[in-house]
Amino acid sequence: MKLPAITSIRPGPVDERGLVDRLRLTLVAAGTFFLGFPALILAILTLLSVALGPLGVGFVLANAVVPATEVLARLHRRLSSALLGEQVEASYAATADRGFLSRPPVWLRDGNRWRDFGFLAFSGTGGFVLSGVPALLLVTPFVHLGGLIIDGSLIWLLTLVISSVCPLVWWVVTPPLVRARARTERGLLGHSRVADLERRVEQVEETRAETLDHSAAEVRRIERDLHDGAQARIAAVGMNVGLAEKLLVSDPAAAAELLREARETTVSALEDLRSVVRGIHPPVLADRGLAGALEALALPFPIPVTLRLQLPAGLPAPVESAAYFAVAECLANTVKHSGAARAWITGEHRDGRLRLVVGDDGRGGADPTSSGLGGVGRRLAAFDGTMTVLSPSGGPTVVTMEVPCRTT
Amino acid sequence: MRAVLAEDQALLRVGLTRILETCGIRVVEAVDNAAALARALARDDFDVAVVDVRMPPSYTNEGLLAAVEARAARPGLPVLVLSQYVESLYARDLLAGGEGAVGYLLKDRVADVDGFVGAVRQVAGGGTVLDPEVVAALVSAAGRDRPLARLTPREREVLTLMAEGRSNAAVAARLFLSEKAVGKHTTSIFTKLDLPPDTDDNRRVLAVLAWLQG
Repeated sequence: MKLPAITSIRPGPVDERGLVDRLRLTLVAAGTFFLGFPALILAILTLLSVALGPLGVGFVLANAVVPATEVLARLHRRLSSALLGEQVEASYAATADRGFLSRPPVWLRDGNRWRDFGFLAFSGTGGFVLSGVPALLLVTPFVHLGGLIIDGSLIWLLTLVISSVCPLVWWVVTPPLVRARARTERGLLGHSRVADLERRVEQVEETRAETLDHSAAEVRRIERDLHDGAQARIAAVGMNVGLAEKLLVSDPAAAAELLREARETTVSALEDLRSVVRGIHPPVLADRGLAGALEALALPFPIPVTLRLQLPAGLPAPVESAAYFAVAECLANTVKHSGAARAWITGEHRDGRLRLVVGDDGRGGADPTSSGLGGVGRRLAAFDGTMTVLSPSGGPTVVTMEVPCRTT
Repeated sequence: MRAVLAEDQALLRVGLTRILETCGIRVVEAVDNAAALARALARDDFDVAVVDVRMPPSYTNEGLLAAVEARAARPGLPVLVLSQYVESLYARDLLAGGEGAVGYLLKDRVADVDGFVGAVRQVAGGGTVLDPEVVAALVSAAGRDRPLARLTPREREVLTLMAEGRSNAAVAARLFLSEKAVGKHTTSIFTKLDLPPDTDDNRRVLAVLAWLQG
């Protein structure tokens, strides 16, 4: 029997589908209700095995109880996985290479075994009640009806009238009750959720470190650009003007030449400053948003770039900026290495994901680990974004970038 | 007078060469990296080296290191270091030997052609020239010590100008005082800072600098 996942707990229209689903859920609930008995017994035995551990009896008991608990827990994991439509997975401390006597201490120290114990306690108490209710609601009117038929006294008629609302209540409460139990089991038995979260934290730490490195490198680059560009040029202007000042009387022609040079240097110093500013945050991005900025980016390219952009306003500024530089890097790669005749950019924001694709009809062979594209990947990773590069030898190259983000 | 020039940026190398040549200082060699600078500083046909702090390959302080090493090998080798930034540590490394014939100026000062060329000549003549910014940094760092707090504001002004490598006459001209008054101030400063009195301008400057760095 394939169990349907509970997608909604709203009392839907009364139809055959809803009825079949609810009957199945009731059957599952009844099953888990009866499984509450062995669970309770196992819970008591677990406590006994811990208490009797020092006497040695506990070791024997534990070797029977813990594997039995594992089997029961596995069954419930399968049920909850099916009901919730997601994987509820176990992760126990390894005991495969251990013997009869050395296993129990490992179990004792394994927090996930204790979570199983918590599940046993729940299954024999609160879970027991949760699972019992649907079947009870369904059976009650029939019991009363049977009583009326067999016994015939009026008291049964009264109870039957009262319990006639039971099917309605059953219809409404069965899905939420079953789901509540499945969720509780997920919380208790889903050891891997913790592992998943740990993995996620690791990943976040890693991307954060990369982001910091990247920022530091950017800051160094900006410092170098300023030092070697604008700063040097302005210093040169100062020198020329100073010398012109000195030569003004003795050699006016030379002074005029120096001043002209100084004026030209001023222009290039300003250009340097502008390019540094563009490298920090492109003004066009601030003025026109991502779509406009990408258009402006594609415009001066030596090969035709086709744009198909459906980007909303109100994307987070840091994501816009990262996306802009990512596309700029891809286009730069296209021009430098691909020998393409044309390139295209598509962009859309759907289901909370910004998706940008940059492609060209060049010779392919782009390396996603190269400094440029690798930098793009790292830049996007900071926002939980991804970059995939499809670039077979002979082309075409397609770089797909996705960043989860919400619009404001 | 002959100079060796080290500056990695062509634009500034040309500008500096032009200024020095215009003012009668012949540039015998102009280099743009630390290795070439080390070779140039080993020559013995120049009177002063004008060196940029930042040089390829690493663009940190290669120029300064080359200058410091050359002065370690040939004490008293006249070197004037130019920098985009004030770094008290650079000043300290340069002045560590305490022999004079050394200078540390911000690049901005070059625009004051006469002042810059004067500084070059002063270093070539064995004097010490420090950028006012560097001196200010040294004075404020030393300001944590109490003796400096004992100086009058006027004495502080005199001390700052002295640290920049100016003679008594120059300090007097700058502060519109008589040379005699400046002499009185310097004596008082030396007493307050526990420095041995000295009549040689440059040695006095070095004493002040040593005190400021100590």
